[in-house]
Amino acid sequence: MQDFKTLMKKHARQNGMLVVVVVIILFFQIITDGVILRPMNIANLVMQNAYVIILATGMMCCILTGGNVDLSVGSLCAFSGAISGLLMIGKGWNTWLVLLIIFGVAILIGLLNGGSIAKFAVPPYIATLASQLIFRGGTYIVLQGVSYTSYPENFLRLTTGFIPDFFSGANLHITTMVIGIITCVICVVLAVRKRERKKKYNLEVTSLPLFAGQWILISAVILWFSYSLAAYKGMPVVLITVVIIVLLYSFILEKTVAGRHLYAVCGNRNAARLSGINDNKVLFAVYMNMSILAAIAGIVFTARMNSCSTMIGNGFEGDAIAACFIGGASPATGTGTIFGALIGALVIGILNNGMSILGIQSDVQMCVKGIVLMAAVIFDQMQRKGK
Amino acid sequence: MDYILEMKNISKSFFGVKALSNVELKIRRGEIHCIVGENGAGKSTLMNILSGIYPYGTYEGDIIYDGQVCQFRNIKDSESKGIVIIHQELALIPGLTVAENLFLGNERQSYGIIDWDRTNQEAQKWLDMVAFKEEATRQVKDVGVGAQQLIEIAKALAKNVRLLILDEPTAALPETEARHLLDLLKELQKQGLTSIIITHKLNEVCYVGDRVTIIRDGCTVGELTEKDQPFQEDVIVKGMVGREMLNRYPERGGNYIRPEIGFEIRNWNTWHPTYTDQQVVKNASLNVHKGEIVGLYGLMGAGRTEMAMSVFGRSYGTKTSGQIFKDGKEITIKSVADAIRKKIAYISEDRKTYGLVLPKDIQFNTSLAGLSKLSRKGGVIDENQEVLVAEEYMQRLNIRATGISQLTESLSGGNQQKVVLAKWIFTHPDVLILDEPTRGIDVGAKYEIYCIMNQLAEEGKSVLFISSDLSEILGMADRIYVMNEGTICAELDGAAATQESVMQCVVEHNKEGGI
Repeated sequence: MQDFKTLMKKHARQNGMLVVVVVIILFFQIITDGVILRPMNIANLVMQNAYVIILATGMMCCILTGGNVDLSVGSLCAFSGAISGLLMIGKGWNTWLVLLIIFGVAILIGLLNGGSIAKFAVPPYIATLASQLIFRGGTYIVLQGVSYTSYPENFLRLTTGFIPDFFSGANLHITTMVIGIITCVICVVLAVRKRERKKKYNLEVTSLPLFAGQWILISAVILWFSYSLAAYKGMPVVLITVVIIVLLYSFILEKTVAGRHLYAVCGNRNAARLSGINDNKVLFAVYMNMSILAAIAGIVFTARMNSCSTMIGNGFEGDAIAACFIGGASPATGTGTIFGALIGALVIGILNNGMSILGIQSDVQMCVKGIVLMAAVIFDQMQRKGK
Repeated sequence: MDYILEMKNISKSFFGVKALSNVELKIRRGEIHCIVGENGAGKSTLMNILSGIYPYGTYEGDIIYDGQVCQFRNIKDSESKGIVIIHQELALIPGLTVAENLFLGNERQSYGIIDWDRTNQEAQKWLDMVAFKEEATRQVKDVGVGAQQLIEIAKALAKNVRLLILDEPTAALPETEARHLLDLLKELQKQGLTSIIITHKLNEVCYVGDRVTIIRDGCTVGELTEKDQPFQEDVIVKGMVGREMLNRYPERGGNYIRPEIGFEIRNWNTWHPTYTDQQVVKNASLNVHKGEIVGLYGLMGAGRTEMAMSVFGRSYGTKTSGQIFKDGKEITIKSVADAIRKKIAYISEDRKTYGLVLPKDIQFNTSLAGLSKLSRKGGVIDENQEVLVAEEYMQRLNIRATGISQLTESLSGGNQQKVVLAKWIFTHPDVLILDEPTRGIDVGAKYEIYCIMNQLAEEGKSVLFISSDLSEILGMADRIYVMNEGTICAELDGAAATQESVMQCVVEHNKEGGI
């Protein structure tokens, strides 16, 4: 029991948020008569919110450089969408070539944002506000008032499709189920190995029953989730993209020197610099990275819409920033995790989805999201004061 | 006896840990009362209770001020009774003028509109009282630290202060300015002001104090009155640390100085980064043998920190030039990372701004400069190894904390300094530049830091020890360089040097320069 308490306390903020997610899900589950957890809706949830999760991942890194945000991500999504529309549909160019061009452009934009911030010490919100204007304008210029629709098949499959079923199951997508089971096994094996290694170093580990309980619960959630997907059309391709991005960035932030440098710059830039950390390099990398992720999010979103217009990406930066802060980002104390950003994005996504199912107007939806953001941050502040 | 303030049976706990237990503090009207104690003894906690930062109800015991029991809920409450606290970190806003700062939160105004003439005129009156020589319309950032202390005191006077509390007012001041400040307090005392001074400098206690309260581990352990018996430093130290301290400086167990020179700087020059025509370090040369502790003495502003930081990966200054030799070979250091790779460490004089990532824990800070030692290819950190390292250093340097996951912002000054030392020792340097490593920490922690320095020298490292505290330089250094006005003006043997001979060097150099 003591063990359980310390485990809960250690990740109090994240566990608290998880509870909130569960409560929100249960609330909508009851009020929508179970629509929200239907297989089809779960696949929808994933595909609808992929872009928020991708953007929030990058935004968390920006916030961790000391409360800075990237205001240009919405425009970048629109800009990369516009390029894809013009070149793929308008000019009929090869999909892969266009994707390559989009990433090339994203890197150039990253050079502009990151360069002005790191090299010329422009405050990030100014630099990215400038980019926001430049590339929103750029979107209009590229599109010239035309809205391109119906993308080539191979582009759509890449982003809105489902993975093929190699076992051709009748009512169940067996490949998805297999992937789910394999994921489960890998997770558990890694966790056990980590625990063993800690034991070898004589470090404290959680007790066996608690450890087992924790992982049985996690496995159950993974299996239920993959079953839900399998019962519909299988695993969406975009889920793979999102999972890879979330895992990769979690790993970088938690386990690598680069991640440690990021947290150090956030906590005390001067001390970081005098500890041999190149703070400008960190800033540059963060904004470069944000541009690339914004391009990916733009592609994912445009493909899902199957059209591109000048309106795409309006307010995306707000969603991403809100996701991070709902997920517990706190630049003043140098805390914030990718997992938190993911949870925050899920809260926003489920709220959107649930309220849409209930037929609540989007104006009211916006208000609710604002209230949730405010409540989450006030809760954080109160908790910190309590300490 | 007429007491202006009595704090009775004060107890306070944080998360079940007792910070203060049954502390008694009695302040007589019109006296200068010193509170001494090691870091973490509870002095600041006590003053925070008095000023209402920890509001009534969060502690036990009574505050009796002017014969009334007081229940302060915040700073405003205590200030309205004339109790003003001046914190160690000054609360002045650099971009505002002296006068604006003076009346901050207490503006000379009518209906929300500031009366500038009245502001500047009244400001001058209060500033004259504290012998502040500059104009009230200057911006605070253009005023020295000593003068800023005067502004704080003037600010307190403008609030009709009756009990002034100063938390280590002289920690960042050179000796002459510190003396000036203390004299001012004596002057104000004659006009009826009661003050409480928290300090680590025992010579100041003897100089200015009427009575002393000693606090140790959250308890009052003694109360001395100058009139009954003149203060003796060793009696106070004994009370503070709870044991007899025969030596302020640890004995060196033998002579470790090796003939080889481990670190040398030749003809070092650097200029101020913004005022680029101002040369801060002029043709400085020095060397440190392996196993030697070399003291670099100089008053604040002499250019010691600037020289050290410009050597350490060009962290300060422009147009920097000169040669650096390590183990007899010339090296160039382009960045801090480069310096660390070449096994040089610089421990900053300002641990909060330049030393620690305060909102992070001991583990994070210990490994920060030496992450490459803990990571495999691709930059993945071995966390388990990291925990072991942090625990090892915590034990080795005797860092007193609840564990390696305690946040460094909640540690006392001495323990914070040890974490900074741990960080740099973990980079396994051959050369350590320690810049005021004992500033603002208590006698016991100082002793421990000195022991660590000796141990580093014993391991054959070259230690350059920068300090403006002459007695510790004399107590610790094998050889002493004296720096003044950006030049190294003398080199003395540590054993033969005395307070007088070192000061003589500074005075003579000033004469040469015509100052």
